[in-house]
Amino acid sequence: MEPVVEVADLRVTRGGREVLHGLDLTVGAGELVGIVGPSGGGKSTLMRAIVGVQSGVEGTLRVLGQQAGSPGVRGRVGYVTQVGAIYSDLTARENLEFFAAIHGVGADQVRQVLATVDLAEAGDQVVGTMSGGQQSRVSLATALLGDPSLLVLDEPTVGLDPVLRRSLWATFADLAAGGAGVLVSTHVMDEAERCDRIALLREGRVLAAGTPSELLERTGAGSVEGAFLALIDEAAA
Amino acid sequence: MSPRITLAVARRVIRQLRRDPRTIALLLFVPCLVLLLLWWVFSEVAGGNIIDTFGPALIAFMPFTVMFIVTSVTMLRERTAGTLERMLAMPTGRADILLGYALALLSVCLVQAALVIGLGVGPLGMEVGGPVWALLLVALADSFLGTALGLAVSAFARTEFQAVQFMPALVFPQLLLCGLFVPRETMPGAAQAISDFLPLTYAIEAMQGVQAGADGHVADGTWTDLLIVVGIAVVVLALGTLTLRRRTD
Repeated sequence: MEPVVEVADLRVTRGGREVLHGLDLTVGAGELVGIVGPSGGGKSTLMRAIVGVQSGVEGTLRVLGQQAGSPGVRGRVGYVTQVGAIYSDLTARENLEFFAAIHGVGADQVRQVLATVDLAEAGDQVVGTMSGGQQSRVSLATALLGDPSLLVLDEPTVGLDPVLRRSLWATFADLAAGGAGVLVSTHVMDEAERCDRIALLREGRVLAAGTPSELLERTGAGSVEGAFLALIDEAAA
Repeated sequence: MSPRITLAVARRVIRQLRRDPRTIALLLFVPCLVLLLLWWVFSEVAGGNIIDTFGPALIAFMPFTVMFIVTSVTMLRERTAGTLERMLAMPTGRADILLGYALALLSVCLVQAALVIGLGVGPLGMEVGGPVWALLLVALADSFLGTALGLAVSAFARTEFQAVQFMPALVFPQLLLCGLFVPRETMPGAAQAISDFLPLTYAIEAMQGVQAGADGHVADGTWTDLLIVVGIAVVVLALGTLTLRRRTD
C-alpha cells in the first residue's frame, strides 16, 4: 500500500540557510508517527513542508500519492499549528462552522468533532475566554473536519496538563486506528512512547528512527529521552 | 475559488464584527459625528453652507479611511494568528478570501455611507445636483479602494500598531494634494503632477462631480473619475493578492 507521507532527501532553505539537510520519513495509513526533538530542530519546518505551506523546499515530498500542497490533497490533510490558528472572537462552534463550510461538510460533522475532542458542552463559548487546553482542542477539532486521511499536528500538547495530554494522545491513537496517518511533533520526548514509530530530529537531520522499543533496545536507555541523549553522545564520540 | 467558500468567508467576517458592537458603533456613527461637528463649528460663520463645500469630500474620505484601517488590521490578524495559513492549507482560493472580505465590508460600508449621506442631504441641507444614489455608489467605490489598500499594507506591517501608522502616511498626503484645501490648478507643478496619480484625488472629484450635477444627472467627467478609482482599487487588490502566499518562509 502506498504510504500517506513519503519524504526522501528533503532539503529546506530558509532565509538563505539550509535548515533541513536531506530528511527521509514515511507515514503509513493507520500509523501514529512522532517527530521528537528539541525546539529549533526543524520539526515545524518539516510539518509545514508536508502540509505545503513552506517555501524553499527541495527533494521528494509526496502526500497521498500527490505532490505535497497540491490542490488535490489540500482538503484531505488536517493541520494544527503551534499558534492555534482559530478565531479567538468567535465561539468554538462558529470557528468549526466556518472551516466546515470550506470543506463543504455539514453541522453533523461539527457536532461530531466537538464530541471527539470532548468539547460538546463548551461549543458555544467564545474561544478567547477558554483555557489554553480548550483552545488547543478547538484547534484540533478544526483539523478533524472533512475526515482527513493525514493529520499533521505540530506540538499539540505543549503547555497542557498531564491528564489532558494523556487524553489527547489517546485521541491521536484512536484517529490512527481509524485509518488516518497521524504525524505528531513534540519536544516532550517521553510522550512519544505512545507512537508506532518515532523519528528523532536534531539540527535538521534525523538522528534515528524506529519503533520506541527498537530505539530503547539499540541504545539501552530506559526512556525515549534517554535514547535521544545516548544517540547524541554516540554521534559526538 | 467557489461561491460556497467566498460566502463562508463573508459570513464569518460579519459574525466577527457582530461580536464587537463597539467597533460597529464606531464604524457607523463616527462619520456622522464628524460631519455634524463640521457643520456645528462653522455654523456661526457667515457665508454659504460649509457642508456644501466640504461635505462631499468628507463623505468620500470617511469610508475610504475606515475600510483601510479595518482591512489592514483584520488581515494582519489573520496573518499573525495563523488562520490565513490554515485557510490556504485548506481548499480555500485566494480570491475567496479577498472577495469574502470585500462582500462583508461593503455591506457595512453601505449602511455607513447611507447614514452619513442621509444626514448630509437631509438635516444638514447639503445641495446635491446629481442623484443621491450616485453619492452612495461613489462612497462604495471609495470603501473598496480603502479595502484594497488596507490589504496591501497588511503585507508590509509586522504589527497592528504599524498597520495603523500607515494610515496617516498614506492618507494625509493624499488629502492635502487632492485639491480640497487648495484648488489643484494653483498648486506647484510637481504637486499637481503627483496628485494626478493619487486615487483620493479622483475619489473626491467624483463625489464633487455628483454634487455639481444638475437635473438628476452628474457633472461631466464624474463617471470617468469613478472608473479611475475602481480601476486603481482593482490593480492594488491584484497586487495585494500576490501577498497572500500559500508558501511562506
